[in-house]
Parts: sequence; structure tokens; C-alpha cells
Amino acid sequence: MIDAPKAPLSRRNLLALIGASAGGAAMYQAMTSLGFAAESPYRGPIKLEGDPKGATVIILGAGLAGMTAAYELGRAGYKVQILEYNARAGGRNWSLRGGDAYTELGGATQRCAFDEGLYLNPGPWRIPYHHHALLDYCRRFGVTLEPFVQLNHNAFLHSAKAFGGKPQRIREVKADFEGGIAELLAKATRQGALDEAVSREDREILLEALRAHGGLDGDFRYKAGDESADFRGYARDPGGGLGAEPVNGEPIGLHDILTSRLWRGLQNFLGYDFQTTMFQPVGGMGRIGEAFARQLPNAIRYGAKATGIRQDEHGVTVAFEDLARGGTVEEAKADWCVCALPLTILSQLALNVSAPMKAAIDAVPYSSSIKIGLQFKRRFWEEDEHIFGGISYTDLPIRQISYPSAGYNSGGKGVLLGAYTWDGPNSFELTAMSPAECIQFALQYGAEIHPQYPAEFETGVAVAWHKVPFILGCAGEWTEASRGEHYDNLCQIDGRIVLAGEHASYIPAWQEGAILSALDAIARLHKRVLAA
Amino acid sequence: MGSIRRRAKIRAALFCAAVLVGTSVLAQELSPAPPFISRGRGFEEQGGAALYANVCAACHQPDAKGAVGAASYPALAENKKLASADYLMSALFNGIRAMPPVGRMMSDEQAADVINYVRTHFGNNYDDPVSAADAKATRQ
Repeated sequence: MIDAPKAPLSRRNLLALIGASAGGAAMYQAMTSLGFAAESPYRGPIKLEGDPKGATVIILGAGLAGMTAAYELGRAGYKVQILEYNARAGGRNWSLRGGDAYTELGGATQRCAFDEGLYLNPGPWRIPYHHHALLDYCRRFGVTLEPFVQLNHNAFLHSAKAFGGKPQRIREVKADFEGGIAELLAKATRQGALDEAVSREDREILLEALRAHGGLDGDFRYKAGDESADFRGYARDPGGGLGAEPVNGEPIGLHDILTSRLWRGLQNFLGYDFQTTMFQPVGGMGRIGEAFARQLPNAIRYGAKATGIRQDEHGVTVAFEDLARGGTVEEAKADWCVCALPLTILSQLALNVSAPMKAAIDAVPYSSSIKIGLQFKRRFWEEDEHIFGGISYTDLPIRQISYPSAGYNSGGKGVLLGAYTWDGPNSFELTAMSPAECIQFALQYGAEIHPQYPAEFETGVAVAWHKVPFILGCAGEWTEASRGEHYDNLCQIDGRIVLAGEHASYIPAWQEGAILSALDAIARLHKRVLAA
Repeated sequence: MGSIRRRAKIRAALFCAAVLVGTSVLAQELSPAPPFISRGRGFEEQGGAALYANVCAACHQPDAKGAVGAASYPALAENKKLASADYLMSALFNGIRAMPPVGRMMSDEQAADVINYVRTHFGNNYDDPVSAADAKATRQ
């Protein structure tokens, strides 16, 4: 986000410090230990060898963690049953499509009126190429993927406080920022300011690299010309026939870019989690949950609200309400339990586990987040502004506008992600608004970037995660301190119960974390079952 | 900077006017303050009523009666636990189970204001208000 928090020594600042003082390898090491940047350790389908002799497992929650556990334990010979609160599988893996109704806590019901084929992914919406486990399940279960465009050079970076509030093209900010830095560095190099740091041989290579990388001219200047236009584009693109000669544009000065803070937006494209290639399922992220559920035709009991989990030396008993029958209380028994409920829910259930595990369950607050989807009569971002997919970032409270990574150039309608907040005051303030107010909010601010909004808007939906009845929050939010104190306790097998979900991973808030957590949990559980 | 601040204010005013048009009479009665969007890294609402309406009400609901899904947000209305202001302050600054530590995005004054507001509204009537200094002490 453009408005990065300025904590005294935030994790990000700490990482920057480590990176600056100790180099890339140390930084990577530190990022890995803090739960960032680690490549998924997934190395292919799990093999649970040995006969569980008909052992039974009850699994709570039919999100990706619960369904991964059910699917793999079932393949290994366990008898599995999943209890799911919702009337559908997937959990946060979810797409809202035309015809869907969604009732949030507080009772407001939205009827999604999107056209056929259009959707909003209220939860996860993009898959990094290094989330190997999720990609493997998509392959095994026949979920068709397509590229998700994270970086579109022609999308915008926008600040209400810079350039008179006029959105700037990412390619221009990126090229001019890097070109400006390259020119500055080349100047310092040629003046001998870096002689102590750079050898005579490296100096020439450095200058050559700066010229090539930064779009500098023969005199190491970054200015309007063919070299800079190669990167930033043209004031008038080259054409055909008479009068077709391109016109090079005047770069934005380094001072203006620095003080605009638009360079902050470029970070959204640099991080390991957001590098190309990213993917999305064709037809919405919810296709993955639907595909998992197809593999578990008789295993999921829907509309079952768990209210208590009790274990003893013989097994686990889960009390639950059958929501389709007015909350009639029933019990389900099994030898073991994989609990893939969010901690916001689990922390409120009667549960007999060790004190350290209970403390861990109670210790993880959930991030606040809101997403707002807006359907427009025409794809004006493509037709008028030539933005095909990607994301514009802004310091307005909507934070970003994401353009659909499908259906390009079709001339029809489209659904934009019109706001996506993550924590901070605005997430809570938006959660306090009604869905209609949220949509009005997204339209009001979004029109500062795309003035076509008022004329083209048709219908929208808003999902505030703290109002989502099945989770009461967005994703587990660990700190270094809470991880240090509680994470291992959370992940232990406690008697006959083991937890799974993104909250039990070092890839929090990502689907890969949920799946890897489930695979690790059932591998350890299986060992224990065989040993019993 | 001055002109920038003014623009932000105008934008906020426009926004409030736009949403009020579509807000029912009932909703206005339940929500004493119009929707508000802070522009910094902390909550900018002033006074207990505005803080409650724009922060707490998100989960505990405008009428403070809570909400129930797979688990619940407890009612703050007529809630005996509110007898302890310390409990409330701890929840605000440290979070508790499903509640995030939203007090970390409030000043000491704001935290005291919203705690005092909740403890004297929605059928609660506790006459031992907390001060900003109390909030500051609890925050540590």
C-alpha cells in the first residue's frame, strides 16, 4: 500500500535494516524466520503409509485445510466426516456470483446481481507461482487456472496529494524513478564519489548497467528521448503513414516522484508473494473449494455448527447444532479430531485441551479487511484508459482498484474490485457501515481516479470480514512475540486433537498456509495413530 | 498542506451527504454519528458516541446487542462484565479472542471516551468513569 505504516521499528523496517547492514542472504534468512518469503516446502502428494485399521477422524470446517485433511486421510484408509457451519464448502475460498444471497452479521442481506460469468472473490483472489501445494491440488482436481495480472504497467499510481490528484501511469513512475536514480548514481560514479566502494573495472560495468537499466542517454542523462521512451512510453505513440513519428514524453523529475511518495506503490509488485506469474481459477477462486468438495461426495455435513469439543482416552465427541432443524443439538464421535475452525470461532467453544494450547487459541486476533465489488455497464478502464487487468494503488481509503484478469477486450460489462482494505482504521469504519454505504463509499472515492464511475455503475456487493458469520474476521494475525510464545503450542497434537488452518502456518492469510498446515497435521497424526 | 486538508474535509462532507440520503430513519436513530473515514493511521472520531458508532458497532452492532454466527460477538448492552472498566480497557488494548486490539489505534482520550460511553449507555449505568491517564497506564 502507498501509505505504509511508520512504526518506530516495524518488522518491515527491521528487515530493511538487516538487508542494508548484512546483505541479501541475511535478510532472506530473517524473512523466512518471521514467516515471510519462504518458498512452500511442498514436494508432491503426501504418502501416509501404514494401515490405520478403520480409525475414524472428525474434521471441523470444510475450508481448504479441513478438506485437504479429509481427502488425504480418506485416501489413507481413515473414515472421515466433516462438520461445516455453512451450506457450502470452501470457507474463505469463496466467490460471490449473480444470484447468490449473502447475509452478514447484523442481518443485512445482499443479493448479488452481477451478470453471468462475473464475480467478486471476497477472500483469496490470487495464487503465487511458488504455492506448490495449492497448484498441485488444482492440477489433481481439474481446476483450470489463468494468469492473474498483479503488475500492469498501464494501471495507475495515485495520490490525492500529488500531481493535483491526477493518476499517474505505473510505467511512467517506474521508469522515471529508476531512470532518475540511475542518472544520480551515474553522476556520483563519474565524479569519483564511489571510488572507494567500486573498483576501477567495476566502475565501467556499473556505468554501462546504469545506462542500459535506467534508460540513460549517451551522456548518462535521463531525459526526454528515445532511450527513456523505450521504458516509459511516448507522449504520442508511433503510428503508420504520414505524420506517424512518435513523440517522446518529458519524464517526471526525481524530486516530484520522491515527494509524491508514489514510489511506495511500486513495492506492491516487488515482493516475492506478488511476482509474476500469479494465477486465478477461471470463473472465480471459489472453483477450488467446489473442486475439493467434489472429491468428498459423502463426507461433508453442512449446516452443522460446532458448539463443543470434548476428548478423553477413548475418543473425541463434538457437540453441534443442526441449523436446518432449528438448532437441534447432536453429537458426533470419532477416534481423532482435526480441527480446522478459525481461532475466532474455536476460542469461544467449550474445549478440553492443555492450558498452553488454549492460551495459544485465545492469543491470535484476526485481521480486519473489506472488499467491495462493483459492476459497470462497460469496461471503460479498457476502452478509455487501456488498462487490461492489474491493480491501481492509491492513498485514498479505497486503497486499490483491481481490474478483472479475464474477459479482456470483450466490450461487455465487468466487475472491478473497487476497494480492498487491510487493517487500519478504515477497515473497521467500513465494517461499521451498511453494505449500501460501503458501495457508496467505493463509488465516491473511486470516481476520483475513474470519473466514468457515476455514469457506468450498475450494482455492487461489499464483504466486511468481521461481519462474515462463519469466521468473524479475516485471517490470523501473528506478531513476532505471539508467534514466539504460542505458535508451537498451537500446532502440537493435544491428546486426540490437532489444529489446522492458515493460522497454524508461516504463510498466514494464504491458502497455501492452510493446505501445508493440514498436511503437516495429518502426517503427525498418522504417525501417532500407527504408534497407538 | 492547508489546501490538502481542506480538500479531504470537503470530500468527507460530500461522502456523508451522499450516504445520508439512503439511510433510513431507523438507522439514523440507532447510529448517532454518520459514517466516518479517518485519513491517518489512527481513528480520528472524537467522542464516545462517534467512536462507538464507527468502530465498536461494526461487530457489537449499533444497538450493542451483539451478533451470533458460528460464534458470537457479545452484547455490550446490559453486560455485567462492564462493571470492570479494567476488563474493558484490557480488551480494547490487548484484544480478547475474536476481538482485535482496536484501542491501539486510539489516543488515551479516545479510549477513555469510548469506554465511558459504553459503560453509561445501552442499559449500562456505571458511575466510575475512567480517565485518559487510566487508559495510558493500562496501555503499557
